[in-house]
Amino acid sequence: MRITYRRRFFEECWRFDRQLITSAMYMAVLCVVVYPLLAHAVTEIDITRGVVEPYPIAITELYGGGVDEDEVGISIADVVTADLERSGQFRPIDRRAFQQAPEDLQLMPRFVDWRQINAQFLVVGRVQLQSDGQVRVEFRLWDVLAGEHLVGLSLSTPRENWRRIAHLISDAIYKRVTGEGGYFDTRIVYVAESGPRDKRVKRLALMDQDGANHRFLTDGKHMALTPRFSPTLQEITYLSYFNDKPRVYIYNIDTGKQEVLGDFPTMTIAPRFSPDGNKVIMSMAPNGNSDIYVMDLRTRVVEKLTNHPAIETAPSYSPDGKHITFESDRSDKQQIYVMDADPSGEEQRISWGDGKYATPVWSPRGDWIAFTNINKGVFSIGVMRPDGSDERRIAKGYLTEGPTWAPNGRVLMFFREDQPSDDMAGDVRLYSVDITGTNEREVITPMDASDPAWSPLIP
Amino acid sequence: MWSKLLTLSGVLLFVAACETAPDGSAEGAGEGAGGKEVWSVEHEGAGGAGAGGGEVGAGGVEVAAVEPTMSSQDKLVQEVGDRVFFDFNKFSVRSDGEETLRRQAQFLKQNPALVITIAGHCDERGTREYNLALGERRANAARNYLISLGIHPTRISTVSYGKERPIVLGHNEAAWAQNRVGLSEVN
Repeated sequence: MRITYRRRFFEECWRFDRQLITSAMYMAVLCVVVYPLLAHAVTEIDITRGVVEPYPIAITELYGGGVDEDEVGISIADVVTADLERSGQFRPIDRRAFQQAPEDLQLMPRFVDWRQINAQFLVVGRVQLQSDGQVRVEFRLWDVLAGEHLVGLSLSTPRENWRRIAHLISDAIYKRVTGEGGYFDTRIVYVAESGPRDKRVKRLALMDQDGANHRFLTDGKHMALTPRFSPTLQEITYLSYFNDKPRVYIYNIDTGKQEVLGDFPTMTIAPRFSPDGNKVIMSMAPNGNSDIYVMDLRTRVVEKLTNHPAIETAPSYSPDGKHITFESDRSDKQQIYVMDADPSGEEQRISWGDGKYATPVWSPRGDWIAFTNINKGVFSIGVMRPDGSDERRIAKGYLTEGPTWAPNGRVLMFFREDQPSDDMAGDVRLYSVDITGTNEREVITPMDASDPAWSPLIP
Repeated sequence: MWSKLLTLSGVLLFVAACETAPDGSAEGAGEGAGGKEVWSVEHEGAGGAGAGGGEVGAGGVEVAAVEPTMSSQDKLVQEVGDRVFFDFNKFSVRSDGEETLRRQAQFLKQNPALVITIAGHCDERGTREYNLALGERRANAARNYLISLGIHPTRISTVSYGKERPIVLGHNEAAWAQNRVGLSEVN
């Protein structure tokens, strides 16, 4: 019953009247300021908005029965705990309060023990290391109150790949309890930045959604900007200043090979894959006038989609591939437009609030478009419906920019530069935030970071 | 190049006996004006050197030695003016920019072998992709003006750095105004 309610969690968030939402938006702003000290205050604000408290969940160490197996079991429990805690939807209970040992949990748990520590859900499991180097993990999710078995899964993978098992377990739990798709078994590609601003080194880096398995993809000799995943995950399209000729490239993660896209006389920028992965949409200014073009990767045929003397850039497909949102300054300031992917269609302006609107990104679920707004020197991240209605702001700062969607379409990531002092640049970091504007979290990176792009779920 | 320039202006300042000339590599009070001023100091220095019989001050610097180090790029920066500034969010060439571009056109006509690249830049108060497009517009606006003055299009290429490589560090309007610029460079 509770679970059914949670399934409607995000829909319900939107149903509150305007006043509540406005006050919640104010509070969301407060959270940004006090975040490092009061990370859990975000949760309390959820309550004032009528959103239920995060679920108390007991995540036990997976039982191994040997030193090696136990080590893997503990590590997996740690990663699942961190994933679920960071989502803001769960409150993992301190393991020291647990009364039943992992080895005793392989059969039916003693629910009374878990009710006593107010656990609503219980995660148990078992690890086996196999002679072929595989690790096999079984896990179960129990509803403690109902004494019901909710999910049972068995997963196998090479041992060094154990983190993916942990993320898949997190995804299964998140999905079963919240009713929303998981997003933990995903990766982030972003621009790692270092050095002084006038000689900034900007290179591509790839990491798991939780910051693990971090590695650099490019060496920083040539500036790299705006990476975006292909839906097939193996490829990233981005802007490289290779040989001081800024062009759109495709980088293959598996092989490390890259390829310049097309042979254009001028810069190509702002690339994104189509939802089927067969096309890359981007902007180009052959005569100094930036318009939107699409290249079919199979035929290499290039088609011009806009034809306007203003700047048109930052295009993004709807998940069904039928529409494209982009920004244009044809009305003097940058605004967001939507058009049919078929170039004969009409171009409809959808942003009508104060200030400039930029970087529209269509949600993978199709129901929202995320954007950057600049108004009176304040940068904010917001979402609106594809027809421009229901506009909301979910984060702001001195410079916040570049929203990207988690595959479940309910969590976003963006980057924020802190207010600089006159001679010192501010830190530039990645943050994740719920579509409701709650649960903002810094995504830890080894150095300054910008332009995050969230991958689809790893198949 | 900047280190060369700094050395040069250092020498010149010495020659001019601590006359307060602006550093040619810094912002300059309008396109290239700063550079010109430094150069005029050099001429004064040269005059002084001539009068002094080749020896100048305690350092004994040969002023004539400066001349060969003057590359086309140095000339563009110091004599002609390499920067065309733009208003916030705009890409139309202002009248002060037109003046600079007329000097650049003259310079290109006097040096018919030279080929230049104009790099468009923006201040940091915009989004990344838009600023790349805006920087490209600015570079093209400057290029088109040079073409209208009779420079062959193939001699001028453009590139945009958006807000990615500010010319001037700093996070205030004065710095931002310096960074809304089309910067010409000899290839």
